[in-house]
Parts: sequence; structure tokens; C-alpha cells
Amino acid sequence: MYLKYNNNNMLNIRIIPRLDIKGPNLVKGIHLEGLRVLGKPEDFARYYYENGADELFFQDTVASLYDRNSLHDIITKTAKEIFIPLTVGGGLRTIDDIRNVLRAGADKVAINTAAIKNPHFIREASLKFGSSTIVVAIEAIKNTDGRYLAFTDNGREYSGLEVVSWAQKVEELGAGEIVITSVDKEGTGEGYDLELIKSVSEAVSIPVIAHGGASTPEDITRAILFGKADAVTIASILHYSVMQSFESLSSDYKTEGNISFLNSGKIPKKITPSTIQEIRSALINAKIPTRF
Amino acid sequence: MPKFQQDFNMIHPQKKILIIDYNLGNLFSVNQALTNIGLNVSITSNADEIQSADAIVLPGVGAFSDAMNNLRELNLINPIKKFVDSGKPFLGICLGLQLLFSESEEFGQSKGLGLVKGQVIRFNNTNRDGETRKVPQIAWNQIHKINDNSWDNTPLNGVKEGEFMYFVHSFYVDPEEPVGLSQTNYDGKTYVSSIQKDNLFACQFHPEKSATEGLKIYNNWAIINNLK
Repeated sequence: MYLKYNNNNMLNIRIIPRLDIKGPNLVKGIHLEGLRVLGKPEDFARYYYENGADELFFQDTVASLYDRNSLHDIITKTAKEIFIPLTVGGGLRTIDDIRNVLRAGADKVAINTAAIKNPHFIREASLKFGSSTIVVAIEAIKNTDGRYLAFTDNGREYSGLEVVSWAQKVEELGAGEIVITSVDKEGTGEGYDLELIKSVSEAVSIPVIAHGGASTPEDITRAILFGKADAVTIASILHYSVMQSFESLSSDYKTEGNISFLNSGKIPKKITPSTIQEIRSALINAKIPTRF
Repeated sequence: MPKFQQDFNMIHPQKKILIIDYNLGNLFSVNQALTNIGLNVSITSNADEIQSADAIVLPGVGAFSDAMNNLRELNLINPIKKFVDSGKPFLGICLGLQLLFSESEEFGQSKGLGLVKGQVIRFNNTNRDGETRKVPQIAWNQIHKINDNSWDNTPLNGVKEGEFMYFVHSFYVDPEEPVGLSQTNYDGKTYVSSIQKDNLFACQFHPEKSATEGLKIYNNWAIINNLK
């Protein structure tokens, strides 16, 4: 298994900071819920760009509940100064929704609920905007019988679909990538669900992005070596590292969400804050091909 | 804008760079990147406007045959060919590189613009070891010199051998003439990742998504062609 990674011809693994957005704020939750405000997404985005992120992934956490204008503003501002791919997800339900987000400056969109409610939407969107623009997000919860089931609405609604067959279906319908989230692991710092990621990655021939549960750089190398992920999205590990490095956090945070922990300066116990460069070093030490 | 700047601009009008919009792919990021390096950029689908441009840019993601159909429906094929014949600079990105070629094997065979002899070929889903090759390639990958060719006086001037660029593609070009400027290896397959032929420069990767080194390529292209 390791041997395969010794030739440098494999797809280079992408490190993708994930920014969960609520209103004007960057937030982080647990199991996709219980959000904390971490700071201004624009500041984090610029920092990640300057520090070698391969792409950025923005997720609108409450898109279905609020209007999306604040996210559009964040994307437009970011796209003017950041020249790496930007993916935007959250509440995109129509072709017009996708077009508007792309016009705001996104390069790719991630869809979940709308894809599950109407699988043909994937086909329509990929024909319209190109497969490589359409990322399908799959939120997985492990059932008591060991099967992984696909959920929507941040893990609240069961779709009736089994994850692996749904992943194969979305590839067939024209998705260019899949981002697979373990809702069970998300925000827990218990590590990625390797079995879940592997079963999806091996079942499809499009790239698979692992999301949910990483607390150390070693979790990330495991997602690639054992989970066979083609890319990883990372939130807590990176965000907390950035917060440590921002000398002074700007004081004009909007009061939406829970900011009490911000003032306390506490970082969740399991998380090992790491920079993109530190994560890349861990990949290189594990002989995983990556940029730089 | 100060008065003297207005007067200066009247005497020395900025060169006009046109991005061709044929309803495929996202032009926003290409526009942002070219604007960022100080170019005067606009977007058009209007065939009549093309001849008045100082340079044209053909971006695009998506399917080759759809692209050719759209170009045909918008009556853009002949104006683009005529523009290229005039010797003015042309920049192709991703699908905009592939469209220059004679034909693509996508969905049987589709004819391209035929400005470069060669084929557009899909990556095999298995590599030489019989393992699954993920297609599309969505990754940062390295661009290398071909037989130690020089990148001086080309848009790759000052870009380091082996520099990483951002790629998103399922098809690659296989030129039948010596137009290759750089090459790239994806899971055992080596292919031409940028070309230069007279006034044509085109790349498979996305400089507009390849951070500062990508912007450098656009800036070089603008400087070489006196577009700034």
C-alpha cells in the first residue's frame, strides 16, 4: 500500500481549508451543529492563500434559513484577491442558485440536499456548468447494522439512500468530485472515518475529498493512506492554528453565535493546531505526493 | 482619475483584451486574474467585436463538442480563426487549448478549430499498473521542460522547472507538430501541458487558479505581447 505512493505519478493530494460560514462569520460546529464563531472568513481565507492552501471550501451553514447575500459578498471579496479554486456549498437548489454563486466568484459548487431530492439536478448542473464545477457532498451516518446512510440538512434528514451506491450514482450523473462527510466524526477530533472514505473512494473513479473528524496531521495522512482520499478538507486543526497566530483578533465581530469561548482563548482538547506547512510535512514524511 | 491620467490614456489608449464568452465555463476568475495584472479586459460573445481586440482569450471548462457547437451557434469560429491569422496574440486556457486542435475523440470524433495539428484524447481510467486512475485529474501538478527547451521569452519565462500549477481535466492534447512548451505527468501518463505556436499560447492548467506563479504567466504573456 505504501509502495504505490513511492512513485511520484499519483494525483497530488490537495489540502483544502474548509470555512463554515454563518452570516458574516467563520464558525465551527460539532456533528455539523452547535456553532462557535471563530472570526472573519476573509481574514482566514487570505491567510490560507498566502500560506499555500491548494483550494478553499466555503460552506454556508444556514443557507436554507437565511438569505445568502452575506456569503456572496464574502466570496466576491475573496475571489478578487485569492487565485486558487474556491468551492461553495450550502443550500444551492436551482440552476440559478449555482449560476449566482459562480458569478459571485466561486469556481465550483457543492450540492447535497437538492441532489438527493432530485438526482437529475446533478446531470442538469454538470451539463450546464461542466462536471468539474459540480461537487456532490454526501453526509454519512453509520447505521446500527454497519451500513452507511446518506443524510441531508446537516445530518438531520435521512434520505433513504445507502452511501456507496449513491456515490456511484452521482458519478454516473456527471459529478466531478465527491466530498464525503462523516457526520458521526465531524467536529469530534476522533479522526476521519477511514472505512467510510475507503469504501466510497474505491467505488468511484472521480476524486473523493474526505471531511470530518481530523484532529492531528496524522489523521490526515491516514485518510489518504488507508482511506484512499484524493483530497482532504480541514477546519479545526487549521483554524485554531491561525487564531493562535493572529496577534490580535479584530474586535468588531458581529455578536451572532457563541463567541464566549473566543474570549476565553480555549482550544478544544483533542485538536493539535497545525499550519498547512506542518500538514504538508506530515504528508511528505508519509511519502504522499503533494504540492511543494 | 486625475486629469493628466485621462489625457495620457487618450494619447496611449490601453490595449483591449477580450475574453470570449461562449456559455461554457466560468469567466469570472480569468477576468479577475487578467484585471489584477493591470490589463483592460472585457467579455464578449459578439463576433463583430473580435477583430477590434488587441488580444483574445479563450477559456472554458466542459465538453469539447458542446464548446464547438456553442462557438458555431454564436458564429464565432471564423472570427476567431481570422483573428489568429492576423497574427495578434491568442491565449487559450484548458478547453481553450483543446479547441485549437484538429479533433477530439470525445463522443466519437468532434472537429476542433484545426489551428494545431493533433488529437485530444481522454485519460484512461486505469494506469499502466492496472490500477484505477482518477479522472478528471483535479490537482496541482508539475510542469516540466521538454528536452530542456528554453522558457525564456515565452509566457513561462522565470517559472521554475517543475513548478506546480492547478489542473482540472479529463482530456489531454497530443500535438502532431512540435508546439509543446511544457509537459506534465499524471499517474504515469506524460502529456503536453502548454503549447506555443507563433501568436498562439495555450495551457491545459489554470494560471488564474495557480496563485502567484500562475499570475506570473499571464503577466509574461501580456509583457511579451506588449499588452500592458
